[in-house]
Amino acid sequence: MESDLLVVDDSAAIRKILQRVLRQTGMSIGAIYEAGDGQEALTVLETNKVDLILSDINMPKMDGLQLLASLKASDQWRHIPVIMITTEGGATKVGEAGRLGAAGYVKKPFSADQIKEKLAGILESAQSL
Amino acid sequence: MNLQPQIVEMNLQPQILESISRSAAEVFTTMLGVELGPGEASVERDMHDASDGVVSFIGVAGMWAGTGVIVCSPEMACRICNHMLMTENSSVNEEVLDAVAELTNMIIGSVKNDIETQVGPLGLSIPTVVFGKNFRTKSAGATDWVTVRFPWEGETLLVKMCLAPH
Repeated sequence: MESDLLVVDDSAAIRKILQRVLRQTGMSIGAIYEAGDGQEALTVLETNKVDLILSDINMPKMDGLQLLASLKASDQWRHIPVIMITTEGGATKVGEAGRLGAAGYVKKPFSADQIKEKLAGILESAQSL
Repeated sequence: MNLQPQIVEMNLQPQILESISRSAAEVFTTMLGVELGPGEASVERDMHDASDGVVSFIGVAGMWAGTGVIVCSPEMACRICNHMLMTENSSVNEEVLDAVAELTNMIIGSVKNDIETQVGPLGLSIPTVVFGKNFRTKSAGATDWVTVRFPWEGETLLVKMCLAPH
C-alpha cells in the first residue's frame, strides 16, 4: 500500500531534496505534498489524507513545534506520525518535540539512507493500525 | 573558577575553526555528493573591502551572539545549487539563492550545535542572501572573524563566523 507524505519546510531547496530522497528510498510512496510553514501544512491536511509528516522546526508564521502541538491536540490528526528534520541538535528543541509527541528526529544534513531508516519502521507501524 | 569572557572567546576560536571545517565537509558530502578539500583557516578583523557575488548571513543569538557568513561567486552559487538540487542553473535566480541560504543554515547550524556545549543554548535566525556587485557589508561590533577558505572546483568558498558574549 502506498503512503502519502507531507513535507513541511520554509526552504524550497530542502523540500525539493526531500522529494528526490524520498523517491530514491525505493519505499512505496504515493503523493508527496508540500507546505512552507505550519499554517500551510494545516491547510493541506484539511483537504488531503497523509500517512506521515516530515517537518522542519524553525519556520516563520507557525514553526514545527507549534504545528506538532496543533496536530496532537486534534482528534482528526493526532494519529499522524511526525518526524522532525532540522539543523537543531540542541537538547531543548529536540526534547520539546519528543515531549509533544514527535515520532522521530533527523538532523540536517541527512542522507537518503538516514531518511529511509527513520521512515521504514514508523510507516510500517502506522499502516498496521 | 570563573573565566573572563574574553579568555573564553579566544579559546573558542580553534573549536569554531575545526567545527566549520568538519561541518562544511559533511554538508558537501551528504547534500551535494561531492568532496570539499581542506580549507585555509585564519582569524581576521572585520573587512570593509567592496564585494561582488553572493553573500549569505545567518544570525546566532543567546548568551553569546554573532553571525555566520558564506561568500562565493555567482558561478559557484549556481554549481552548489546544481549539485544540491540536480538542476542546471547558469545564472543566479531564486532557486540558487535558496540553495545557498540552506547551505548556510546547515553549515552554521552544525557549528552552533557544536559550540552550544561550551556557551549554552543558541538560536539561529532565518538566513538572508545578498547577490550583487560592488557592495560592502558591515557587522556591528569589532569581533574577530574565524575564517576558512575552501578551494572548490577552481574557486574559493569562504565560510566565516564571529561570536562574542552578548
